[in-house]
Amino acid sequence: MHLPSPHLSIFRPVPGLLDRRLIFVTGKGGVGKSTVATALGLVAARQGLRTIVAELASQERVRQAFDREGERFSEVQLADDLFTISIDPQSAMEEYLEVKTGGLGHLLGSSRLFHIFAMATPGMRELLSVGKVWELAQLERRTRGAAAYDLVIVDSPAAGHGVAILRTPKTFADIAKVGPIAHQGRTIAATIADRAFTAVAAVAIAEEMPVNETLWLRDALRQDGLGLDAVIVNALYPQRFDPDETAELERALELSESPLARAALRAALSEHARAGDQADQRARLSEGLGTQLVELPYVFAPELARAELERLADALQAGLDQTS
Amino acid sequence: MSVADLLEGKRMCICGGSGGVGKTTTSAAIALGMAARGAKVAVVTIDPARRLANALGLEELENEPRRVEPDRLASGGLEVSGELWAMMLDPKRTFDELIERIAPDPARAQEIKDNRVYRQLSTAVSGSQEFTAIAKLYDLDREGDFDLLVLDTPPSRNALDFLEAPGRLTSFLEGRAGKAFIRPTGFGMRVLSRGAAPLLAALRRVTGVDLLADLSGFFGLLGDMTDDFSRRAAQVEKMLRASTTAFLLVTSAQSAPIDEAMWFRRTLQESGLPFAGVVVNRVHHDLLGDSDPDDLLAALRSELEPELAARVAENFHDYHVLARRDQTNVKRLAEELGGSPLLLVPHLDHDVHDIEGLLRVHRYLFASPSEREQMIADVVA
Repeated sequence: MHLPSPHLSIFRPVPGLLDRRLIFVTGKGGVGKSTVATALGLVAARQGLRTIVAELASQERVRQAFDREGERFSEVQLADDLFTISIDPQSAMEEYLEVKTGGLGHLLGSSRLFHIFAMATPGMRELLSVGKVWELAQLERRTRGAAAYDLVIVDSPAAGHGVAILRTPKTFADIAKVGPIAHQGRTIAATIADRAFTAVAAVAIAEEMPVNETLWLRDALRQDGLGLDAVIVNALYPQRFDPDETAELERALELSESPLARAALRAALSEHARAGDQADQRARLSEGLGTQLVELPYVFAPELARAELERLADALQAGLDQTS
Repeated sequence: MSVADLLEGKRMCICGGSGGVGKTTTSAAIALGMAARGAKVAVVTIDPARRLANALGLEELENEPRRVEPDRLASGGLEVSGELWAMMLDPKRTFDELIERIAPDPARAQEIKDNRVYRQLSTAVSGSQEFTAIAKLYDLDREGDFDLLVLDTPPSRNALDFLEAPGRLTSFLEGRAGKAFIRPTGFGMRVLSRGAAPLLAALRRVTGVDLLADLSGFFGLLGDMTDDFSRRAAQVEKMLRASTTAFLLVTSAQSAPIDEAMWFRRTLQESGLPFAGVVVNRVHHDLLGDSDPDDLLAALRSELEPELAARVAENFHDYHVLARRDQTNVKRLAEELGGSPLLLVPHLDHDVHDIEGLLRVHRYLFASPSEREQMIADVVA
């Protein structure tokens, strides 16, 4: 139901990550999924792709509370060729009704009962959200006067819920069988299943639970005929010391009487221990998946501002070039 | 203030927070600590790390609490005078059991369980975990076998989902909206306003007839059971609001989870739910104090090769950036909290996924403020 992307060529059966039009970025909570989605957006924008990062499961309420309110639920430009939007099921529904039913849309949209009904129907929120994502990825936008994007990056919810989102259109198509929802569900499901169009990227950190969840995600996607197109390991500590040096640090910690030196030595040994654990988990993930990982360094900064995101984009670009 | 003080006289501790902040570990460490102090405690977790699950003896999903063998705890060096029980929630099974309990007869229960809308409802990841976690908590509370229940809330991006999702599902099951729409020829039609006919036509147009028919079938099966859902929902709400319930927020020291914890607390208070305090995990404590960074390099050089000393100093500089960040965030949180309890657990050398790790976290959570300060000082001294 979509036109092929101008970046695609029929001679390239397995396109690179940024050659798709729609990338779902998922992973366990707290692994830096939003950061990676934004950095990926920067990489794409640098290549001249008109890119939008769409945030699902919006944290907009948090923003509001802390006076960081921008325009809500609309497309906002962040940089050259880089846009962002926070997708809210409620607004997505109003937009959908408007397009589908015209005047009746207003009637439904203003009915409180209908809102309760639509928002409470299991899976409806997910369907509306993913429907909006699909709309953003169309060359012919349904939204009046809206320009097309070359790439839509979805900052998707944590793994379990993320898979549910990918699965919802098909579930609805099956349940509703006929009618507009079934039709819409089938169209979106076909788009998601089209691996020349849609990619799924997982973000993990090198710790037990996120690694387990990434392996689980791969299996869950496989059941639905989908796969992981990239796995990005975030926040890796540098390997600063070799084993001989570590032994030396331990000896120095025993001997030193300066509290300051001891604090620094403790910090060095502590980070070294964590880096060692990370190396083990990273190996487990890589072996479990049987693929190469894209690696991102830990960012030692109080906040991830533009400069830090650009640095991560550099690393991401290098990693993607290596693994493709 | 320690966790033991916070939970004095409480029967239920609900640990909320955004994903990846150490909620599961914190819940387990709290349950362990309270058991060590003589209580019979059950911790209900959603999806613990495999090694933590093994440590607690949770290899199988049983959907009922099972006692953690005292030997396992003793091997970690903790005398437990009470009892620690643990269970891993099975949302689908909990949902099925709820239907079986409420249904008038087994045949109806089976029909509901076979219904397509129900199958979608009970396995949808969003909402069903939250709904069934609370349902299980309510049943365990009513059975009254435990002095304290500790709930590790489902992993979600937004901590508030835990409060909102069960309500959404309950209002669906109560069928308030459903009933009115679903029976176009019944009583519902007559009581609806004159706008109802076009409204219904529009609804058909956007949803399709089959979906409406399925929903109609589902609500038909539920019948009077919707009243039971309403009654239960009212009792559950009473339980959550009780003075014997404590909502404990868990966060890491990074800015986004701290923002979320602040927002979550405001919502709890606005909703009149009993907020007890915040646990901040993985705090990088300030080890530099007022010292001059130049002194550091000099001190290191007296022990190490200059090049190695420089790398240790660089590592410390990076650590200190995180320590300053954490300090700023924790200060912001403390200001928001006013005098409410705030417990800090340091960034430990390893992830926590065994009994020893739990014991380490537990020591910080259950220490008095002076003990905790001493523990942090000891790390350096």
